[in-house]
Amino acid sequence: MGKRDRLSGNEAVAVAMRQINPDVVAAFPITPSTEVPQYFAAFANDGLVDTEFVPVESEHSAMSACIGAEAAGARTMTATSANGLAYMWEMLYIAASSRLPIVLAAVNRALSGPINIHNDHSDTMGARDSGWVQLYGETNQEAYDNFIMAVKIAEHPDVCLPVMDCYDGFITSHSVEVIELLDDQDVKNFVGEYKPKAYLNNPNGKVSMGPLDMPAYYFEHKRQQAEAMKNAKRVILEVSEEFYKLTGRKYGLFEEYKMEDAEVAIVLLNSTAGTAKAVVDELRSKGVKAGLIKIRVFRPFPVDEIVAALKGLKAVAVMDKADGFNGAGGPLFTDITSALYGKADVKVINYIYGLGGRDVRTDDIEVVYDELLKIAETGSVKSVYNYLGIKE
Amino acid sequence: MAFKLKEEALKPERLTGGHRMCAGCGAPVVVRAVLRALKAEDQAVICSATGCLEVSTFMYPYTAWNDSFIHSAFENAGATISGAEAAYKAMKKKGKLPADQTIKFIAFGGDGGTYDIGLQSLSGAMERGHDMVYVCYDNGAYMNTGIQRSSATPRFADTTTSPAGSSVPGKQQQRKDLTAIMAAHHLPYVAQTAPLGSKHGGFKDLHEKAEKAIYTEGACFLNVLAPCPRGWRYDTPKLLEMTDIAVDTCVWPLYEIVDGKLTLSYIPKEKKPVEEYLKAQGRFRHVFKKGNEWMIEEIQKEVDRTWEDLLNRNETK
Amino acid sequence: MKKINWDLNNISWKDITPGGIVEVPGSASDTITGEWRSDKPIWDKDKCKQCLICFPVCPDSSINVSEGKMVGIDYDHCKGCGICANQCPFGAIEMVREG
Ligand SMILES: Cc1ncc(C[n+]2csc(CCOP(=O)(O)OP(=O)(O)O)c2C)c(N)n1
Ligand code: SF4
Ligand code: SF4
Ligand code: SF4
Ligand SMILES: [Mg+2]
Repeated sequence: MGKRDRLSGNEAVAVAMRQINPDVVAAFPITPSTEVPQYFAAFANDGLVDTEFVPVESEHSAMSACIGAEAAGARTMTATSANGLAYMWEMLYIAASSRLPIVLAAVNRALSGPINIHNDHSDTMGARDSGWVQLYGETNQEAYDNFIMAVKIAEHPDVCLPVMDCYDGFITSHSVEVIELLDDQDVKNFVGEYKPKAYLNNPNGKVSMGPLDMPAYYFEHKRQQAEAMKNAKRVILEVSEEFYKLTGRKYGLFEEYKMEDAEVAIVLLNSTAGTAKAVVDELRSKGVKAGLIKIRVFRPFPVDEIVAALKGLKAVAVMDKADGFNGAGGPLFTDITSALYGKADVKVINYIYGLGGRDVRTDDIEVVYDELLKIAETGSVKSVYNYLGIKE
Repeated sequence: MAFKLKEEALKPERLTGGHRMCAGCGAPVVVRAVLRALKAEDQAVICSATGCLEVSTFMYPYTAWNDSFIHSAFENAGATISGAEAAYKAMKKKGKLPADQTIKFIAFGGDGGTYDIGLQSLSGAMERGHDMVYVCYDNGAYMNTGIQRSSATPRFADTTTSPAGSSVPGKQQQRKDLTAIMAAHHLPYVAQTAPLGSKHGGFKDLHEKAEKAIYTEGACFLNVLAPCPRGWRYDTPKLLEMTDIAVDTCVWPLYEIVDGKLTLSYIPKEKKPVEEYLKAQGRFRHVFKKGNEWMIEEIQKEVDRTWEDLLNRNETK
Repeated sequence: MKKINWDLNNISWKDITPGGIVEVPGSASDTITGEWRSDKPIWDKDKCKQCLICFPVCPDSSINVSEGKMVGIDYDHCKGCGICANQCPFGAIEMVREG
């Protein structure tokens, strides 16, 4: 079995990449994801992988080269953050609609402007409708595990969609934690060999890809893409189960923390879950029935499962580390409330928090639970759309 | 290497009829000529930037390409094909492709997709030195979206975003010299060429340059004049009259740069005045209006200057 | 013979090729662009000297060549641009109005 090692999130993901030994990696530096291609370039130049590493001149070209490579028959990956992801935007859609199972380490960082290198989720939230599967992870271990599972999810014949492994810039990407690494051979066996059905470099079958698609067919292609995203939910669970058998580490669509008898709960993504769990423990020790849900799979969105988990709660706070600027709430909030609509009568409020790397401490999370408890008690909501910890 | 049309005609056709380019379009003529330079037994992976060529040759489910083909977007043909080439190298290294399998990687882009929006992606791919050829089919405007000016549009040309108005008479700026920019990337092979009429040797120049570009290892670049009857406003039968006069007036000089050494491929015995090029095309009609003689003089001056410069740099005298 | 043999108007989203991939090279030859023509090139076999100059100049790959010889014009795809007639040195191709 695997060994334990002290690694930063980025290093762990780069190690996963080395263990996967993909055919092509095309990437461009941007803080805080830069280390991933840096570590990987060193692996490549030290002969530890057989990968063609393509140091492109921009993220637009990174995703374009990934598209060319994956279409040509290569298992392909990349990494980026914030403006880099935004610069890829056009190509993200094309990768997904071309049904190319590219894997991207998306190291979450605030999207300009103003320019800011610190963590929030405005970058990947901006890509939530691009047709990529999005996995989120709290810890270095989860970033590493998700990256390995991403390959298998993306390439599954019922999915064939690109996958983002999202984890928090600096908080996860740069802090060192002890993590459990799989054996190289186990990773190799787990991901298996990439065998696309049709690809450009196939000596035995020529293909044309990327057509002009007229109204007669475009709609059907989109419907098929939608089905692939629906399938992804089942496939993610299957792959996670297989991963559990291999490692003993269990992953679902989201993590439920002390939810069995919870009356109030917070729903959020990524590293803030660590802070929030500490608050839940604290509240529990005082007899408060607090719980937490940490979403792992944001695309596809686990609508039914979320409804089942939140049904019957007295009050829920959705915490968004990105605003959607619709004037009414963040993107996670919007998805959660629309999931609940007509299926469960739960009071839900929204907190936008931590934008541009603003610290989120246990006191901030306590404010949220306090508010939830008030709602639970009075049954009335003062304000739905809130900024947490803002200087008034 | 010598060009024998009879032998070339025995090769399988790589671009089929039934595509939707306008009647008489220069672009498919260029594409056919470039692909004809491939050895019959070699496989090719072809990429096209968005533009007339791409939207007309691959409208689902009808592809005019007999080879593997990919289009992904407008500004990234260089990057896209570089990814496919990297995949080829990796797959070869890992034994996923037969050792004796040769695949050639060729990207086509219009002047808009190459001189303008795709310049960064092209520059990156060329600088990285992928084993590929990038072919710009230069028709001097964004034809697909309705004849808008590009940085390849000649000075004073009438386009829909540089209209010949009463106070501003067409495009104000000189063309960008993309071939020189590509040469500045220190590529093993860079050439400027065109499909020509018989008096200029027909397709010899284009064929031989395409062959060199395809079979020279590393990143190579071809800039090929590809007249557009719709945007230039001339009658469709005259395609090769357009390119013939472009090289006889030295508006479109033919040359190649091999490892930095420039050779002019054709030096007209008598350089024709630019009027002959201009008068053949409706997009320059306004320069012949009374009082606009200065425009023709300006164009002539520019052509003379670039031509003199090339003559001075020509290393095969 | 048509290269694409599915029912184009009724293809279900379940059966359509993923991402718009087409695994039938040259399927565009199913498209009859000959209908666009207003002038038609007529090849005069007797005047033809088999120089093949007409072959590479055609934008629509519509000069049929077999075993190195010009054998006719592919009217399914020829759009009648007249480049072949313009370039033929022997006047062996004449453009006539489509009837
Ligand atoms: C990012 C982006 N911007 C704009 C367009 C619209 N567009 C498509 S083709 C084209 C012009 C193509 O011009 P050129 O490259 O010269 O090719 P041509 O059509 O002349 O053959 C434009 C502006 C696009 N598809 N993508
Ligand atoms: S508009 Fe011009 S370049 Fe485009 S297909 Fe027509 S002739 Fe060719
Ligand atoms: S160009 Fe004229 S003479 Fe030559 S092969 Fe064609 S038809 Fe015959
Ligand atoms: S008229 Fe034009 S399209 Fe028809 S065969 Fe001649 S060159 Fe080709
Ligand atoms: Mg153009």
